[in-house]
Amino acid sequence: MVVLNEQLFDCEINSIQFYKIQYNSFKDNLVLLGEAAVGKSSLVLRFVRGHFLDYQESTIGAAFLAQTVCLNDTTVKFEIWDTAGQERYHTLAPMYYRGAQAAIVVYDIRSQDSFERAIKWVKELQRQGSPNIVIALAGNKLDLAAKRKVETSEAQTYAEENGLLFMETSAKTAQNVNELFVEIAKKLPKTPNPRPGSGRLPISPIDNNPQKKKPCCSS
Amino acid sequence: MDEHYDAIVLGTGFKECVLSGLLSVEGKKVLHMDRNGYYGGESASLNLVQLFEKYRGGAKPTESLGNTRDYNIDLVPKFILSSGLLVKMLLHTQVTRYLDFKVVDGSFVYKTPKIQKVPATDAEALSSPLMGFFEKFACKKFFVYVQNYEENNPATHDKLDLKTMTMRQLFAKFTLKEDTIDFIGHALALYLNDDYLDKPALEAVQRVKLYADSLQRYSISPYIYPMYGLGELPQAFARLSAIYGGTYMLNKPIDKISFEDGKVRVESQGETATADVIIADPSYFPDKVKNTGKIIRSICVLNAPIPNTNNAESCQIIIPQKQVGRKSDIYIGCISFPHCVCPKGKYIAIVSTTVETADPEKELAPAYALLGPIVDKFISVSPYYVPLSDGQQDKVFISESYDATSHFETTCEDIMKIYKRILKKDLVLVTDKPQSPEEQ
Ligand SMILES: Nc1nc2c(ncn2[C@@H]2O[C@H](COP(=O)(O)OP(=O)(O)OP(=O)(O)O)[C@@H](O)[C@H]2O)c(=O)[nH]1
Ligand SMILES: [Mg+2]
Repeated sequence: MVVLNEQLFDCEINSIQFYKIQYNSFKDNLVLLGEAAVGKSSLVLRFVRGHFLDYQESTIGAAFLAQTVCLNDTTVKFEIWDTAGQERYHTLAPMYYRGAQAAIVVYDIRSQDSFERAIKWVKELQRQGSPNIVIALAGNKLDLAAKRKVETSEAQTYAEENGLLFMETSAKTAQNVNELFVEIAKKLPKTPNPRPGSGRLPISPIDNNPQKKKPCCSS
Repeated sequence: MDEHYDAIVLGTGFKECVLSGLLSVEGKKVLHMDRNGYYGGESASLNLVQLFEKYRGGAKPTESLGNTRDYNIDLVPKFILSSGLLVKMLLHTQVTRYLDFKVVDGSFVYKTPKIQKVPATDAEALSSPLMGFFEKFACKKFFVYVQNYEENNPATHDKLDLKTMTMRQLFAKFTLKEDTIDFIGHALALYLNDDYLDKPALEAVQRVKLYADSLQRYSISPYIYPMYGLGELPQAFARLSAIYGGTYMLNKPIDKISFEDGKVRVESQGETATADVIIADPSYFPDKVKNTGKIIRSICVLNAPIPNTNNAESCQIIIPQKQVGRKSDIYIGCISFPHCVCPKGKYIAIVSTTVETADPEKELAPAYALLGPIVDKFISVSPYYVPLSDGQQDKVFISESYDATSHFETTCEDIMKIYKRILKKDLVLVTDKPQSPEEQ
C-alpha cells in the first residue's frame, strides 16, 4: 500500500526559483526542447544567472524562469520554459509549445542521435507550434569540440533549409549563449501581435471561510 | 519501465491526469501510460484531421471548414464553474500557471417557446420574463435564505433541517411554483433530472450557493473555459505530474495485466512494470465495469452565433426536461474563436443529453431547432461505465465515464473519492495560497 506522505503541495519547486514577472508587460514565451542531458537547463542557467554547474541535475521540478533582453530600441522579456521529464519518451504534451513564440531546440555536438532527435522536434514545432514561431537550433557543448560528431556545416545547412536560427554554444564557457537569445529577440515581431488568446483571466485564490476570518488590520 | 512504482496510471484522460499529478506531488513514484499517441483519451480536444479520423473514417476534412490546426473540439463538452471544485483543484496544485481561461459570455435557459437569459444581476432578475412579479418576491426570499445558509451555523437554518427535509418540501415552504422550481433546479442547481426533489435539501441548496458564488466571481456568467479547449486540462495536470517526477509513455498498448503477491503487473511491448496500485479509465478494464446508460453528444459546426443569444461568442443553453417532455435535460455548450477552439466566423455548439429512447438523435431535435443553420454534425453515443468494485480488494481503481452534466463537479468528486480510497485520507484543497509568484 502507498505510504502516507505529509509533504503537501507547498513544497518548494526543486532547484530553480521563480523570477518576478510583470504580467502587464509584453512577454514572449520561449520553450527549450531536446534530448535528455544535451544541456537545456545549463543554457538557461547560464543565460539567466550567468553560471554553470558541472553536475547539473536532470530536470525534475518546474523550470520556468524569466529574463529580459535589451536591444537598441526595445526590451524583450522572455518567459523561459525548460522541459522536464515528458520529453524522455517523446511524450511532451503539445501544450508546452502551444503558446510559445520562440523555441530553442538543443542537441549535443558529440551525439548524432541527439541531432536526429532535434530534427524531429523541429518538424513537430513546424506542424504543431504557433504559425509564426521563431525556432533556433543550438549545437551545445562546443567546448568539447574535440569529440564532435555533428559537423557544423551539416547543421548549418539543415537550419538554412528550414529557416531556423543556428548557433553552436557552450553553456560551460558561455560562448554564444547570450548571442543566441539576442538573435531570437531580434527575430521576434516588434509589436505584440495580439493572439486571440491574449487577455488572460486571473484565477484569484478562493477564501473558503470568509465569515470565519478575523477582520484583519481593518480600522 | 521495468521497475516498481507506487502507482501505474492507464489512460491520460482528465481524471487520470489529475490523480497522477496529485500522487506525484505527494512524492509517489508514478508511471503513466496511454495506448494512444496523444494526451486526453475521452477528454481530448481534437483538430479537424483527428475529428474526421474519429467520426468519418479518416476522410479529408471539408475544405470550407478552414485550417485543421485552428480547431480544438472537445469530445466531452463541459464548462467550469468558477467557484467549483475544478477551480479549487487548479488553485491547490497551482496548475493555473499552465493555463489561460476566459469567461463564458452567458447562460440561457429554454422556456417554451424560446430561450431566455439566466439573470446574472439583480437588475436582470427584475426584468427577466422567466417568472411573474409575485413569484419574484417569493423567489427572492428563497435566495436570501440560501445565501445566508451555513451548514455549521444553526442560527442561519431558520429551524429547518435540510439534512432530513426534502428539496420538494423546502420549495413548498417558500411557496414556489412549478416553473420557478424548474428554473432553480435545472438552470441554477444544474440537476440533470428531477430526482433531487425527493432527496435531502442540503445538496441542492449548496448547489444554488455554488452557482451564486461562481456568478459573483466574474459577474458575466458563472462559467469559465480554457483557451484551446478542455483538452488542455489533462495535459496541464500531466505536466504537473512530470515535473514532480512522473514518467510518461504514450503509444503503449497494454498487453497483459496480472496480480501476484499483492502487486499489480503490467506488461507492454515486452516490458514489465509492477505497482502497489493501478488507476485506469474504464476502457482498460472492460471486465471490471458495468454499463449503466448512454449519453449522446452531437458536435455542430455553425457559421453564426446561436440565434437569440445576443450574438454570444460562447454560451450555455439548458433545455429543462419538462419543457420538452423528457426525463433529463438537454444541454448546448457553444464556444468559438475567442477561446481558440475554431477559426473566426465559426462556432462550435455541442449538444448532449442522457439517452432515453431507441432513436437518440431524434431526442436532440429541440436543441437543433435553436441553433440556426448547422454546417456539419459529428455524433457519438457513448456508454456510461461505472466500476464494479471500489478497488480496495484488487488495488485496481477505475474512474467512472464522463457523465452528461454540463460542469466538472461530479467529475472532480469522482477524483476525490478515488484519491481517498488510495491514500486513505481526504484531499483537502488549499485554495487561498498565493498563486505562482509571477502574479504577486
Ligand atoms: N562540457 C559541457 N558540459 C555541459 C554543457 N552544457 C551542459 N553540460 C553538462 O551536461 C549535463 C546535462 O546538462 P543539463 O543542462 O542538465 O541537460 P538537460 O538537457 O537540461 O537535461 P534534462 O533535464 O535531463 O533533459 C550536465 O552535467 C551539464 O553540466 C556544455 O556546454 N559543456
Ligand atoms: Mg534539464
